[in-house]
Amino acid sequence: MESSRGQSTGTNAGRSPGSGPGDGGRSFSRRWFLGAGSASLVTAGLGAGLTACGSGGGGGGGDGRTLTAFVYGDDAVKVQQAGVDRFNKSAAAKKAGGTIKLQKVPGSDYSPKLRTAMGSPSAPDVFFNWGGGSIKPYEEAGKLVDLTDIIEGDPVLKDGFLPSVLAAGDLGGHHYGIPMRGMQPVILFYNKAVFAEHKLQPPTTWDQLLDNNAKLKKAGITPFALGGSDVWPELMWLEYLVDRLGGPEVFKRIQDGDAEGWGDPTVLRAAELVKELVDDGAFGSKFTSVSYVNGGAPAVFARGKAAMHLMGSWEYSTQLGKFPDFARKNLGWAAFPTVEGGTGDVRNVVGNPTNYWSVNARTKNKDLAVGFLKDCASEAYAQALIDNGDVPTTSNAADLLASSPNPEYATFQYDMVQQAPAFTLSWDQALGDGLGTKMHTEIGKLFAGKSSPSEFVTACKGLK
Amino acid sequence: MTVTVEKPPTARKRPAHRASRAGRPHAAWALPGVLFFTFFAVVPMALALYLSFTSWDGLGDPRPVGLDNWKKLLDDPRMTQSLWLTVVLTVASWAFQTVVALLLGVWAAGRQRNRAILSAVFFVPFLLSSTAIAILFYALLDPNFGIIQKDTLGSQSGAFLAIVFVGGWQFIPFHTLIYQGGARQIPDVLYQAAAIDGAGRYRQFFSITLPQLRHTITTSTVLMVVGSLTYFETVLILTKGGPGTDTAILPYLMYEAGFKTYDFGYASAIASFLVLAATGLSLVLVRLTGFGGMRSTREGM
Repeated sequence: MESSRGQSTGTNAGRSPGSGPGDGGRSFSRRWFLGAGSASLVTAGLGAGLTACGSGGGGGGGDGRTLTAFVYGDDAVKVQQAGVDRFNKSAAAKKAGGTIKLQKVPGSDYSPKLRTAMGSPSAPDVFFNWGGGSIKPYEEAGKLVDLTDIIEGDPVLKDGFLPSVLAAGDLGGHHYGIPMRGMQPVILFYNKAVFAEHKLQPPTTWDQLLDNNAKLKKAGITPFALGGSDVWPELMWLEYLVDRLGGPEVFKRIQDGDAEGWGDPTVLRAAELVKELVDDGAFGSKFTSVSYVNGGAPAVFARGKAAMHLMGSWEYSTQLGKFPDFARKNLGWAAFPTVEGGTGDVRNVVGNPTNYWSVNARTKNKDLAVGFLKDCASEAYAQALIDNGDVPTTSNAADLLASSPNPEYATFQYDMVQQAPAFTLSWDQALGDGLGTKMHTEIGKLFAGKSSPSEFVTACKGLK
Repeated sequence: MTVTVEKPPTARKRPAHRASRAGRPHAAWALPGVLFFTFFAVVPMALALYLSFTSWDGLGDPRPVGLDNWKKLLDDPRMTQSLWLTVVLTVASWAFQTVVALLLGVWAAGRQRNRAILSAVFFVPFLLSSTAIAILFYALLDPNFGIIQKDTLGSQSGAFLAIVFVGGWQFIPFHTLIYQGGARQIPDVLYQAAAIDGAGRYRQFFSITLPQLRHTITTSTVLMVVGSLTYFETVLILTKGGPGTDTAILPYLMYEAGFKTYDFGYASAIASFLVLAATGLSLVLVRLTGFGGMRSTREGM
């Protein structure tokens, strides 16, 4: 219901990680929502569920005076709520003659709810999304406003955001969205106390990582926490390994629709490295039934049972919510190491650049919608994100970092993204729901030892 | 019968021509029920059946694709696996729940006070929502922080046993209630006669109680089988179909096809298949057990 984007996912219900901008506190209950929500949908009968959703969706359209904006309903939504309140009182809103109404959809239900609403007469005018593949079905169905010319012709929008982040949500070279949340790179977190005790350094090469693993296992500590039952944390390993081994081009080819791209030798090599890690016990023996969204993996990590955790930038706020002492004193962060013989730049980043607002092509008041998007480039909006612990993707973000609850961490993140030659969107988001879900299944099987690396490659090549 | 005409009509003795209708309300009384059933069961089912012949991603209009989804249903290796898992789950759940519920129900049919209290306590799990129960067990089974710190949900057998057990924990109380009711209907005179003939407790159970409960067993079995075919929340919350695809039973596969990959056509085909399978199975069960004949267990008494 796990549908569900974001850290659940479910959906997410299970869905992708990064999709979830959230921290742990936000994500903790998503899976339960998923269970309840989807269960009721399914028990009502698939057909009934669909019709119910179709007519449900909240009131877009109308006379164009009140536009509906769908947003992922987690704790970060207060930033969007403040943005809407500010915009509704602004001169721009008065000029365009209307107001925005925010509809908060519980995280795990977001994706299915948006999908059914967009197919109905009560579709939202503006909606939260993950860019790239996540909006491709809407683009193909002609439901999106192409924002390319609007952005080019508007100095506020054109200069308001980091160009790489704006481009990361593109489809076929066209902009369909405006960045509206913080950046979510995947980071290698480590437990400083455990590292100090065993005289370890954050690994900068794969050999160092293996060396650390050996020492940690000897000390009876699991090297890496991993929420394997959610699958998307497993995906992060493959994303970084393929990038370090073969650069961003390998996945780019797959993303662009060439399934043969899975046959690239670096994908096989990455899967082999994963298998070696799993067989070696780098994730412990129980990771397939550990979840991230219910707080399992973060707790294993914070309590020192595992020394490291490869996770999206929201791990910091997750830990701050659940284990504040650990987050403040012992949580360290580093970039993913290089892999010997690989051609990928060590500065490359994977994860989610951010989330985006897109505009429904059927909106009755495009000026109002575009006016609202401009608010996301404002300093007030960026400051609200900073205060929430996020790092905005606005071009003025660098000046605001000092006021972050943790300036050191915020600066690390900002520099990481700013200096990255390539920022690869989480594969599941890039591929969209259909392929992404099927890929999750194959990754889950690889990590659980149900398929070999070569079987994994063959299965992925056959996905459609 | 003619004699009764002169008497004031009572519920028991009415003229024959009226008696045939007397107990039955006018057909119009069924209207709300029929309408409700039509709108919330028949229409969605018909819609799902229609969607199973289309390709629809939830946007725009469904595009007819003929039998493609049904062909895919036959070819899909995941479908084969899911079907097998569903059968195993159904059989295992049935065996576990029937044995426990039957014994508990027969035991609870006695009339001592402690049994009534215990029966009420047993019934509590059924009052909780499946989601709440699944969340509870998920926490108990947490490999690092639960009460059983084993990788229960990380292996196929462990995950499967957990699902069967949790399902049983939830539904056994309900079936116990059915069996309790059934067992209380058995006339004492049968046991008295058996006792005179020298039959012991076990003989009485196998020769009187079980045969007398056969319709109850059928009812309970049909409910269990159909229930197992739509078993969903527990799987979603406990295992998400994992590890790998080891517990991805049919309803979960349907959910995944519909609400995760947005292949509503294929999901509808799976849903339609489930409806057909459940209907077929319950018909077969009823036919095999002679339940359809509605012969009373009291015949000859």
